[in-house]
Amino acid sequence: MENKLIVTAAPHLHAHQSTARIMWSVSLALLPAGAAGVYLFGYAALAVIVTAVAAALATEWLLQKMTRRQVTLLDGSAFLTGLLLAYNLPSGVPLWMPAVGSFFAIAVGKQIFGGLGQNIFNPALAARAFLMASWPAYMTSFRAPGFDAVASATPLSALKEGHLRQVYSYLDLFLGNKGGCIGEVCVAGLLAGAVFLFLKGYITWHIPVSYLLTAGIFHYVFGPSGLFSGDWLFYLFSGGLVLGAFYMATDYVTSPLTAKGQLIYGTGCGLLTVVIRLWGGYPEGTCYAILMMNAVSPFIDRYTRGRIYGTGKMR
Amino acid sequence: MKLLPEFLKGIIKQNPIFVLALGLCPVLAVSTSVKNALGMGAAATFVLVGSNCIVSLIKKGVPDTIRIPCFIIVIATFVTIAELVMKAYSPALNRALGIYVPLIVVNCVVLGRAEAFASRRTLPASLADALGMGIGFTLGLALISAVRELLGSGQLLGYTLLPGFQPALMMALPPGALLVIGGMLGFFNLLKGRKE
Repeated sequence: MENKLIVTAAPHLHAHQSTARIMWSVSLALLPAGAAGVYLFGYAALAVIVTAVAAALATEWLLQKMTRRQVTLLDGSAFLTGLLLAYNLPSGVPLWMPAVGSFFAIAVGKQIFGGLGQNIFNPALAARAFLMASWPAYMTSFRAPGFDAVASATPLSALKEGHLRQVYSYLDLFLGNKGGCIGEVCVAGLLAGAVFLFLKGYITWHIPVSYLLTAGIFHYVFGPSGLFSGDWLFYLFSGGLVLGAFYMATDYVTSPLTAKGQLIYGTGCGLLTVVIRLWGGYPEGTCYAILMMNAVSPFIDRYTRGRIYGTGKMR
Repeated sequence: MKLLPEFLKGIIKQNPIFVLALGLCPVLAVSTSVKNALGMGAAATFVLVGSNCIVSLIKKGVPDTIRIPCFIIVIATFVTIAELVMKAYSPALNRALGIYVPLIVVNCVVLGRAEAFASRRTLPASLADALGMGIGFTLGLALISAVRELLGSGQLLGYTLLPGFQPALMMALPPGALLVIGGMLGFFNLLKGRKE
């Protein structure tokens, strides 16, 4: 208590930032993509989003009550986790799946490690990987946009299975007129939100740019007909790459702290995504690429630690 | 004689899986169904009892420097017996457990008890210890596999318990084993912490 008076040198600026502020801003930035998803896939998508968010909040409340810790529902982190999980699900999943997934995200992905700031893996992605491993049939049955619920493949899975991409123009891919998860289809909406986050300074360019650049270059180099023939724009606009690069990989808790570390991290994400997409068993690799880089980000942090000013050479 | 506490300690207080955290490899591998778990537990218990008894009997004659190879030979003998018996009388179980039956040789519960207990205690105490540890191992394995079988396939001992339930495939896969073991270790540590 005797340290109530903190004496530091001027200037004194208040940054007006808090966890809650950032979490709610990211949620706000995700709004256009979600609205586009609901518009494209109908109310089923809205039901998935609402269920996932509600289950995430309920789990957070329940676990914090059970472990007698402070309830932090209002900081928006559980809300954001539920929202991101829903964005990573196809619109046609039965509603118990977002609920189970959100429970897994908050309980196993976050609270077991000690809550916000302690988790190794991005909770929403951990839950997506869990759902993918547990109920693969539901997780890979996508619907075409429109209210008549026609089954459809995503551009990437169609490509993987060999029947080549049919009618996707770049504009279709950009606006979201394709099969896919609720929040990943509308690249335009995701980019609009990302610009907002950049302007606010909540995310820096390091991770998204290095991620997308690496993925783009490697998709271009390792094309279907020999080197340097890849349709990199198609790949960048397909699947969850944009959603992952701007909203998942940039998660403060699970990504490196230093700028240099973030560049390594983004490059690793891009490389792994391309490797999984082109040579792996799954059509889409964003989720697993980010999870793998989450696992190594403490090591990246350790080896990119800056020099303490005035202490001579970096060890 | 204080044989009863030597027997009982392996079941809860020093449970090989949840407290000593020994022999986790076979636990991860064969806990996909209760039936496999019980078969594995029985085989491991048999080997434990056999090796603990023999090691306790030969402890005076074994030179200290080569005791580990000697113990391993004793253990391997009993593992071979267990494997041949299983192949003869329960080929289906043997096929389900696969490589993990011969791998009991390197199960650290077995070597751990031989090294830490039987090589310095009397025959009756070693027998009681082996029985307790074996039963504790089997119970822990059965508990984990019950959770995994229920969640991973909706069944228990092969009977469907939850008809409308969509089993979570992951619980039958390796990550499910790690999650269940981790969760249970945490839970038992929590109970222990509350008690103290």
